[in-house]
Amino acid sequence: MRLYGVVMVGWFRRYATYRMATAAGVFTNTAFGFIMAYTYTALWDERPQLGGYDVSQAVTYVWLGQALLMACALMGGGFEDELIERIRTGDIATDLYRPADLQLWWLACDLGRAFFHLVGRGVIPMAIGAFAFDLTLPGSALTWIAFLVCVVLGLLVSFAIRFLVALSAFWLMDGSGMAQISWLAGMFFSGMLLPLTVFPGTLGEVARALPWSSVLQIPADVFLGKRTGWALAEAYAFQAGWALALLGAGRLLQTAATRRVVLQGG
Amino acid sequence: MEAFIELDGVEKVFDVRRRAGLLRREKSQVRAVDGLSFTVARGEMVGYIGPNGAGKSTTIKMLTGILTPSGGRLRVAGIDPARERTRLARRIGVVFGQRTTLWWDLPLKDSYRLMHRMYRIPDQRFRENLERCVELLDLGELLEVPVRQLSLGQRMRGDIAAALLHDPEVLYLDEPTIGLDVISKAKVRDFLRDLNADRGTTVLLTTHDLTDIEQLCRRVMVIDHGRLMYDGALAGLHEVGESERTLIVDLERELPPVVIDLARTVRVEGPRQWLAFPASQSAAPLVSALAARYPVMDLSLREPDIEAVIAKMYAGRSGQ
Repeated sequence: MRLYGVVMVGWFRRYATYRMATAAGVFTNTAFGFIMAYTYTALWDERPQLGGYDVSQAVTYVWLGQALLMACALMGGGFEDELIERIRTGDIATDLYRPADLQLWWLACDLGRAFFHLVGRGVIPMAIGAFAFDLTLPGSALTWIAFLVCVVLGLLVSFAIRFLVALSAFWLMDGSGMAQISWLAGMFFSGMLLPLTVFPGTLGEVARALPWSSVLQIPADVFLGKRTGWALAEAYAFQAGWALALLGAGRLLQTAATRRVVLQGG
Repeated sequence: MEAFIELDGVEKVFDVRRRAGLLRREKSQVRAVDGLSFTVARGEMVGYIGPNGAGKSTTIKMLTGILTPSGGRLRVAGIDPARERTRLARRIGVVFGQRTTLWWDLPLKDSYRLMHRMYRIPDQRFRENLERCVELLDLGELLEVPVRQLSLGQRMRGDIAAALLHDPEVLYLDEPTIGLDVISKAKVRDFLRDLNADRGTTVLLTTHDLTDIEQLCRRVMVIDHGRLMYDGALAGLHEVGESERTLIVDLERELPPVVIDLARTVRVEGPRQWLAFPASQSAAPLVSALAARYPVMDLSLREPDIEAVIAKMYAGRSGQ
């Protein structure tokens, strides 16, 4: 397991070496945070309590979304770009002669990246948002801890989805189309555009039951104190269930893909 | 001698699908490796050469277990690579000249820390091996440098060190000197020669550069169209292929074609002339004879390239 620890630290440091890129990213997240916060304020002024949030909670939701956007790689920028490229060029073959597990390896890579982005591109926009707007911040340390656990589970789900998308490149040769579809679905179904609690009827229920809601909607609800006690346990079970199912599917697909490479030469 | 690598009638057939119409697809088969048999003893250093698409990489992929043979028997250290890829992985080292296993954005030493954990190398041994590689490959000042800032030659030396930290019993090198300058090439070759002599590491070397083979390998195997065309000493390959080296001579002025016993003049361009002579011969007597009789300004020597040698081998065979 120490190997995967080294991999995770390595990827964290790798992103940490690009300070200007991080600074530019922080600026972008902050700018979008302001735009969306004003938009939400206008919307919630018209429709108070929309989706069960008051204005302060809605604006908090916006800044949480900006803070988690890069960590969850909802708009790309995760490990999958590199894995897809390695599959396309055939470099993936050279990964197979190493005594390491493909899925765990990339999970460690992506978690290292995600933790960097959580700190590098999450904390500062959130802090700026808290200065500029009246945010609903958790009152107790327990809520913070519950939230962070929730975020880590969300990262696992996010990784598991993108791992499946990346592996599709073994069959499609070019994974960029699948990646774009997945970003689009992720943007909407995670609740990045609007909280999923806003959508009525079947659409809302379906959206809330899909794995992407683990990535933003559920952590945001935990952050806002809307899930405590049993509701929190349910949220964890929902996230962990999706994580296990999707990671398991990734494992199966990985076995099939490896067999394909080993027999067909990619 | 103990056979370390054994191939017996190994085949690899790829299915290739080709569009034959709007929806129809034709299936055809390509035999990348076609009944290949050879053995390599422990501690041997063998050159494995052939033109592009001859089946070299396919062979190496089968030896590392990342490709399964379609037929025949293949063993490395008594292990079937395709079945026990991970177990074998701890005992082999692989360097692909055009690909790097190093972490692009991070200092070189971070990649070595990764190898330390990946191959579960005992701390003491890791330190010793790293020290040795750093010294012999001249990596001391590069350890703190991000890999993306290294020159090609430095990166290649870094990659070779990364492949050796876990004391592999066999090292597969795919074009380890491609694109390197003369000094870097010499460093890499010296290191490989020492490695083979001191540690008895078995080395299988794929290259386009015949000088690599000349300086490192007593034995050379030539593969083409997935078949072994030649297996023996390099000198013998030159004889079979009747290959020639070329001495390029710059004379003081334009002269009629040089006439000399040891070589024949194949081309004249102003004061520059091209003299061909058998590759099995030394250039020294030719140079001194030439310098004694002609006003020589400058000389350079061109080795026969592998494609030319193999092309001649073919020509020789079909003529028989």
